[in-house]
Amino acid sequence: MNQIIKKIRMLEKKNNQKDMTKINNTKAETSRQMVVLNVYRANTHRNDLPRVEKFQIPVQRWMTVLDALLFAKSYLDSSIAIRYSCRMASCGSCGMKINGVPKLACYTKISELQGNTITCEPLSNFPHIRDLVTDFSQFFEHHKEMAPFIHNNNADIKDENKLSEFKQTPQDVDNYLQFSYCIKCGLCYSACPTVATDTKFPGPQALSQAYRYYADTRDDLSNRRLNAVDGKHGIWRCHFAGSCSKVCPKGVDPALGIQLLRGHIMGYSRNENKIAKLRDPT
Amino acid sequence: MKISNEWVNNRENREGIKGWLNPSRYGWERISYWFQRLTGVFLLVYFIGHVYETSSLLRGENAWNAMLEITQTPGGHIFLILVIGTSTFHSTNGIRLIFTHGGKGLGNPGRPDYPYDAISLNYRQRSGIWVALILAAIAMLYGSAVLFSGK
Ligand code: SF4
Ligand code: FES
Repeated sequence: MNQIIKKIRMLEKKNNQKDMTKINNTKAETSRQMVVLNVYRANTHRNDLPRVEKFQIPVQRWMTVLDALLFAKSYLDSSIAIRYSCRMASCGSCGMKINGVPKLACYTKISELQGNTITCEPLSNFPHIRDLVTDFSQFFEHHKEMAPFIHNNNADIKDENKLSEFKQTPQDVDNYLQFSYCIKCGLCYSACPTVATDTKFPGPQALSQAYRYYADTRDDLSNRRLNAVDGKHGIWRCHFAGSCSKVCPKGVDPALGIQLLRGHIMGYSRNENKIAKLRDPT
Repeated sequence: MKISNEWVNNRENREGIKGWLNPSRYGWERISYWFQRLTGVFLLVYFIGHVYETSSLLRGENAWNAMLEITQTPGGHIFLILVIGTSTFHSTNGIRLIFTHGGKGLGNPGRPDYPYDAISLNYRQRSGIWVALILAAIAMLYGSAVLFSGK
């Protein structure tokens, strides 16, 4: 028994060390007193000429780009338009291009950016509204096209006595779990080179959500989703540039979902289409 | 500081082909995507030229020899070396993409953890891109050695 406990402790220690090296290796930090924040300003509905406004921001440790923007909004110019809510990479509202790359402002620390100037611009591939705020209607439409919900004819949700739960193994869950972490922040949509030129392409977010529900054994709407993605402007237009997965802040890896879904369509992977059984409610 | 008017007129705000022009923002996979397109377009132009070149046979031996002369100039050699490099990269990287497009070699979905690196952008893929680039460089070096040595 003692030996087993010893072994578990050793493994824990090893894993902790591994985690720490992983964290230490991820981002080199730069410390500085002040940064210049370049903020893109324009109101599209008033046909404003776009301009960049500069703000001097005193930097504190752990300060994020969203903190810097809120500092500018509170003390320097209250008219800056930003969309944000949770401040913890959960709501997906604060996506913008930071130094040219789509990122969440609340999840990007100033210390991990190089140089003394930080440029914030609205996300590309989304219609512009004002300053850093863009219109997500088309993005959400693409998401809706994929029927992003679980549908199962065997589940009777109207009769309370028949309400039950599906039986899934941990492996069944792992097949779709990471794709369900998507917060619809649109960073992948902004980075994708196909979305940049084809308005009808559903984009990495919607396509990976099609796979998320396709891979879920509780769902029986696979055919509808496959029809939605299998078109001239559909899944075949993805060329695996991988930029969506590069910018995704939640580890969803949309490029993986898209390739796996395509593998199923082309018959690279066995398509068992197993539907989970319901537990007997009695 | 003012920015071009184009932005205001373009409410859609699509990056367009301009988005491809700076592939360095998104890592090696985006560079490989860009190279694959660029080499594809180049090879298409080459194939059209190649069909035109071989069709000169229909106009007799002299026309064919005159056409071959063009490839014997330094400019023609450089063009052929580019054809060797682009076709090697395009086909090697293309073989990698045939597998990845069906989800092979990308890893399995799991439980993402900090710092949330994507498993599909793994070392196997990156090595594949490097192998394609190195093979293209070797093929070009060999091609230039043969062409410029005049054998
Ligand atoms: S897949 Fe990632 S980057 Fe794309 S919307 Fe979802 S969370 Fe954002
Ligand atoms: S404010 Fe919610 S994700 Fe950034």
